Amino acid sequence: MVSLLIVSHSRQLAEGVKEFVGQATNGQVTIIAAGGRDDGGLGTSVDLIIAGLHQAATPDGTLVLVDLMGAVLAVEMALEMTPDVRAQISNAPLVEGAYLAGVEASTGIPLEAVAQAALQARELVKLHQ
Amino acid sequence: MQIAADTVIRFIEGVAARLKQHRDELTQLDSAIGDADHGANLDRGFTAVLAKLPSVADKDIGTILKTTGMTLVSTVGGASGPLYGTAYMRAGTALVDRFEMNEHDLVLALEAALEGIQARGKAKRGEKTMIDAIAPGIDALKAALAAGSEPREAIRLGLAAVEGGVQDTIPLLATKGRASYLGERSIGHQDPGATSALFMAQVLVETLDTLS
Repeated sequence: MVSLLIVSHSRQLAEGVKEFVGQATNGQVTIIAAGGRDDGGLGTSVDLIIAGLHQAATPDGTLVLVDLMGAVLAVEMALEMTPDVRAQISNAPLVEGAYLAGVEASTGIPLEAVAQAALQARELVKLHQ
Repeated sequence: MQIAADTVIRFIEGVAARLKQHRDELTQLDSAIGDADHGANLDRGFTAVLAKLPSVADKDIGTILKTTGMTLVSTVGGASGPLYGTAYMRAGTALVDRFEMNEHDLVLALEAALEGIQARGKAKRGEKTMIDAIAPGIDALKAALAAGSEPREAIRLGLAAVEGGVQDTIPLLATKGRASYLGERSIGHQDPGATSALFMAQVLVETLDTLS
């Protein structure tokens, strides 16, 4: 089953998304949070992301969701440094993307399909007028 | 011009001191168009680099620069970590096993650093980033050397072009990095990444000026 790695500039935000999606998926999907710097402050940590990639690693692959674009640089660097890990980064918004990806991943579909599902979060409408 | 490994160490120590000194100014610039962490992030990163320098004091220039880059990647915590980290690592790769370099090696190392930043940030000139400071500097340095300028003079001309490049970021619209979230409101602000690159260029010139 595809796993998720949640990368945020905030440790608490990453943990919150993990908690939220974990509940929505009944704990079936492996979700790892890699938020904040090593010392817990706001920022991203390539080292924490690498550790998260290893923790989340599964032959089915990992979808990495990020909060803001600065995190993309850290994730891309971490991915280059873990060539043995199958993972890809998503362009989806963090909360909605992680939610959709988690729900879809729990059905056992492949990484490409989970990534596609996460991207649908970009078109989600919250307000119906 | 012969640049030895201990000069490279002094350059990095100088960068750490300069960034600490201008930490608040960088953060101020970043609070206008970014997330107000550029000064603090670079200061944290280079403070960690200072702690690592004794372990590479007798090593080749490549190892010194690669260690600097890897430490920045691990400790900066913002996008400038992967960017400057890649830059120093690529410069180090260009100077592997070298204990001395000349001005032409310097150009090669700077070009490798710039290519690293461009690849990492998927950015090019004119997008209001550190590239807008570094690229004109390298161009001016190369042009001056090709025209027969003395290395020290060429490096000063390079610095002048970096200064011009930083000023030129002010009217630019940011299309890369956090500043791009602001769209049109990014216009009129000096780019913090270009400014930190200028501080590094200043320290480079000052360090090389001390060579006999």
